[in-house]
Amino acid sequence: MRKLINDPDEYVDEMLQGMVAAYPDRIRRLEDTEGLVRLDAPVEGKVGVVSGGGSGHEPTHAGYLGPGMLDGAAAGEVFTSPTADQLSELLTACEGGAGVLAVVKNYEGDVMNFETAAEMAGMENEDLEVAQVVVNDDVAVEDSLYTSGRRGVCGTIFVHKVAGAAARRGDDLDDVQRVAQNAIENVGTMGMALTSCVTPAKGEPTFDLDEDEIELGIGIHGEPGTERTEAMSADRVAEHLTEAVLEDVDPAEGAEVATIVNGMGGTPLSELFIVNRRVQELLADRGFDTWNGRVGEYMTSLDMCGCSVTVLELDEETKELLAAPAETPALTVAD
Amino acid sequence: MADAETEREALLAAIANVADRLAAEREYLTDLDSAIGDADHGTNMDRGFEAALEQAESTDGDAAAIVKTVGTALVSAVGGASGPLYGGSIMSASAELEEGIAPETTVAFAEAYLEKVQDRGDAQVGAKTMVDALVPAVHTYKRSIEVDDLPPVEALRKAADAAERGVAFTVPLRAKKGRASYLGWRSVGHRDPGATSTLLIVEELLATAEEFLDEVDGGSDATAPTEPDIGADDAETENGDAVGEEGE
Repeated sequence: MRKLINDPDEYVDEMLQGMVAAYPDRIRRLEDTEGLVRLDAPVEGKVGVVSGGGSGHEPTHAGYLGPGMLDGAAAGEVFTSPTADQLSELLTACEGGAGVLAVVKNYEGDVMNFETAAEMAGMENEDLEVAQVVVNDDVAVEDSLYTSGRRGVCGTIFVHKVAGAAARRGDDLDDVQRVAQNAIENVGTMGMALTSCVTPAKGEPTFDLDEDEIELGIGIHGEPGTERTEAMSADRVAEHLTEAVLEDVDPAEGAEVATIVNGMGGTPLSELFIVNRRVQELLADRGFDTWNGRVGEYMTSLDMCGCSVTVLELDEETKELLAAPAETPALTVAD
Repeated sequence: MADAETEREALLAAIANVADRLAAEREYLTDLDSAIGDADHGTNMDRGFEAALEQAESTDGDAAAIVKTVGTALVSAVGGASGPLYGGSIMSASAELEEGIAPETTVAFAEAYLEKVQDRGDAQVGAKTMVDALVPAVHTYKRSIEVDDLPPVEALRKAADAAERGVAFTVPLRAKKGRASYLGWRSVGHRDPGATSTLLIVEELLATAEEFLDEVDGGSDATAPTEPDIGADDAETENGDAVGEEGE
């Protein structure tokens, strides 16, 4: 397949260079690492909020750098955890004296590298306090082949948002961690694929799907899903994903929710809106009130065609934090 | 061990031996990993120990400092989950060697390393991971030193033996941790790559100890070691062995 790549080995480095070139007034690169931070990091007296993981999910993670969301984001190789030494430098660079919260997606490599990074950063600076939350919103996984727990996927965006807003309003590390954990406990996501994705190193699809097949319950790395079925209409897909998420999140009767219909990288926005149409109908039919429904590419899987549906049950505080202003390349909430 | 210079020499030799062995077995480890993982374990470990050796050689400090350098090098060069498991655990266990290399400190190091691996990886014996080789190796080493009062070389030989049995034990197991766990029942029937690389490392520590340690002194009592069921002792024990030869 044709790709706009110069050299697979330079893929991440060149992408990061391009990101900084696109937003030189907002983000900068930590020297000799694959970590990016907001331009004015560390922000004195504010809890730092950092994230990171493999590349290939853009705009995740660096797209959410900026006031009201992330202070730092580390990029590993495609679909590969960043290493602990790089994460350690990122933690240190985002420490403004109030500690740092690491928002980690539930993959063994990510979790272990972040934990090791916190230890390494602590050896350099005994006063540095690091807290961690692990996002595991993928409702497809419990019944899948995976046994290392539910994966972290697009619900992570909400976690970034509430943690970033809490840090910005001056919450201490415990409180920032608390609101992030609260969001994790109330969010669920399920994804599907129309096609596999092509990693730059391999150059071919990571799994094969026939023309008339789709894969339900996929992750964001071209892992196989939970179920392969015959192709279905946008409405049926929307119903399948939404039902699965609602069954897991189980919002209270008449609850307010926030949603994301997320594109996997290769699906046009028009199709995502078509899916969103049915998602919102279903939520309304069930008596839920969508306070905010986002549609777009928030956490992609390279060039995979498909989408995911995320539902977050809201409480007053979470809503307030989602509504707080944020200025990042990939997500803006006006004051 | 003796003076700091010998200690340093032995450590660097051990790291070089491990690096050479992992380079030699790179394809083998990667083949094992491609069956139940993501086909990069050999490449990652080879790259990691190459970096570790290079950085250790340019470290001036004592044994603990050299070992810590190995840990940090692995953390940055191995990647994935193996980076923190091998590197992070070596890094944090290195503090046990601050008093130098002696039977007691190496037991403490091995125990601290095991504890960290299990803590970080959240894995018990039987999950088809490196822990399946590591637990028998560390427990056997500790018993051999502390209970049986064996010379370190002999203790390491028993540890390597135990690790080898642990690796064999992983074959019929269903993985509960790591990428292999994604395969469910399809993980049964394969040797675990992490347990295998752990065995290779223990074997090279043994080879290095054989090179540097006189195994005749140290283990005072001449009686045959009382080995529990992991026994099946290799023929050569105290009696026949001269200095520093490998087996026969």
